[in-house]
Amino acid sequence: MEKRDTLIEVRNLKKFFKIGDNTLKAVNDLSFEIKRGETLGVVGESGCGKSTAGRTILRLYEPTAGDVLFEGQSVMKLNHQEMKAMRRNMQMIFQDPYASLNPRMTVGDIIGEALDIHGLASGQKRKERIQELLSLVSLNPEHMNRFPHEFSGGQRQRIGIARALAVEPKFIVCDEPISALDVSVQAQVVNLLQQLQEKMGLTYMFIAHDLSMVKYISDRVAVMYLGKMVELADSEKLYEKPLHPYTQALLSAIPIPDPEVERKRERIVLQGDVPSPMNPPSGCHFRTRCPKAMPECSAVEPVWKEVEPGHFAACHLYN
Amino acid sequence: MQLTKEHFEPISVDLRQAEEIKRPSLSFWADVWRRLKMNKVAMASLIFILLLVACAIFIPIFSSHDYYTTNLAGKNKPPSAEHWFGTDDLGRDVFVRVWYGARISLEVGFAAALIDLIIGMIWGGIAGFYGGKVDEIMMRIADILYAIPYLLVVILLMVVMEQGVVTIIIALTITGWIGMARIVRGQILQLKAQEFVLAARSLGADNNRLIFKHLIPNALGPIIVTLSLTVPTAIFTESFLSFIGLGVSAPVASWGTMSAEGLAAMKYYPWRLMFPALFISVTMLAFNLFGDGLRDAVDPRLRK
Repeated sequence: MEKRDTLIEVRNLKKFFKIGDNTLKAVNDLSFEIKRGETLGVVGESGCGKSTAGRTILRLYEPTAGDVLFEGQSVMKLNHQEMKAMRRNMQMIFQDPYASLNPRMTVGDIIGEALDIHGLASGQKRKERIQELLSLVSLNPEHMNRFPHEFSGGQRQRIGIARALAVEPKFIVCDEPISALDVSVQAQVVNLLQQLQEKMGLTYMFIAHDLSMVKYISDRVAVMYLGKMVELADSEKLYEKPLHPYTQALLSAIPIPDPEVERKRERIVLQGDVPSPMNPPSGCHFRTRCPKAMPECSAVEPVWKEVEPGHFAACHLYN
Repeated sequence: MQLTKEHFEPISVDLRQAEEIKRPSLSFWADVWRRLKMNKVAMASLIFILLLVACAIFIPIFSSHDYYTTNLAGKNKPPSAEHWFGTDDLGRDVFVRVWYGARISLEVGFAAALIDLIIGMIWGGIAGFYGGKVDEIMMRIADILYAIPYLLVVILLMVVMEQGVVTIIIALTITGWIGMARIVRGQILQLKAQEFVLAARSLGADNNRLIFKHLIPNALGPIIVTLSLTVPTAIFTESFLSFIGLGVSAPVASWGTMSAEGLAAMKYYPWRLMFPALFISVTMLAFNLFGDGLRDAVDPRLRK
């Protein structure tokens, strides 16, 4: 792979929610980079903070601490006006295609909203641009006067993609864009995302919990557990040689489409449930379920370090 | 029937065709109207309400009688060709007085509903949109107002202010908006967490756009249903207050005052009570049935 420059740099990003007297540490000290034109997959169980991380990077939530640099510029320090301009660079595709489109607006108005907000096109030009965007995501441009409820889940997701593309962003956070779709449609949407990436040089942060799909689409993959990143590596490397015990357990859960092999192989089955993120275990958050836990795991929090070139992990096994 | 090969013929597979949408495109409100039209009871109620409004406006204008001229020679006459609903104890035409009463009832009903809507929408909208402490404080104020016995407020107001339609409307709205504020707040709270609102924010939409393009259009259904059920409540309360002597004063006709006067003479001149009472009942019924129908049309999932 050629050397690419950094588009997004996340520095010690934290997002805590106050719930009563407790603090929910949804995103706890994330640091990573996303290169221009690459796809960074983010995987983890439900509630591990991956969606919150995506939304905080786009500043849909104000972070508790930390910063995000877009092309070297701090996103969190921008004022209202500058932030509006910045939003043209960074967009989001949502999980639920039924909730992410306003049911009272036509498809044309949903996609055109971006053009109106940023004053990109009006009148006949606006209409042409909307039809162009609909064609881009393989929808019939004549459908611009229809309402979202007239479309299927896959079609709606493509409308959501067209809306995100309307401002010609450089970076798109895909927040589980395929998990609400059925399998045959998932492939269509993923292929569409890849075609668009090639055509427009997009950079993706692809949040998902389907490991095989993430392997297929991502250049690099990050694994999250209880608000923290536990491992980050090139996707080939991560799937061949996972370092962190949690990643090893996750990967062993992927079924292999060969009954002979599937029957013989041994799975790593984790004990217990995910601890409450309100009150995570001391030291390494994963130690309560880790098959390789050592005495020091409960005492010291493992540091996030580059174990091999380009392969990051946070685990005491590699100190 | 035996199925043979000839019964089947292969169809062409065309993906473009699979994407085609057969159903005509309907906006939300066109769809509501289509469902409402299928509900016969609600449509009959709607027609009755429209007729009632038209009659209340035009009958007093074109009638040869008025509501205040007394005629002691012709008092307590039963219904006849001259006086369709008979006359009362001062010889006034009951038919015209009923339509004057309808004017007052409708004025009070619609005015109270409109004021409830404005105050409730602003109050509930601000509380729901900003949430947190603002929401907490605003809704506690509403709760406190709601806890004051409503009749007490009305009686106090009637003592302080002069009796009349305006006082009744103020009395009705002083606590009436709270129900609307709660509905609006609930809707806004629920809607603002939806992904399409987040999507609009990630596109850079400001608060104005969020409120007027995304939140209000989606909350409008329940708001209108609540509104349509506020009207009959206000009409009934006006009649009730007038009936117990706290409402409009003589010689103005209201369904409530007419019922109160008619009640005394119920044994001998039943039409004096019957007609205003009938109008109160049928109007209430029509508004409630229409409101129910509208609710089913706006949200068909609610219907069992």
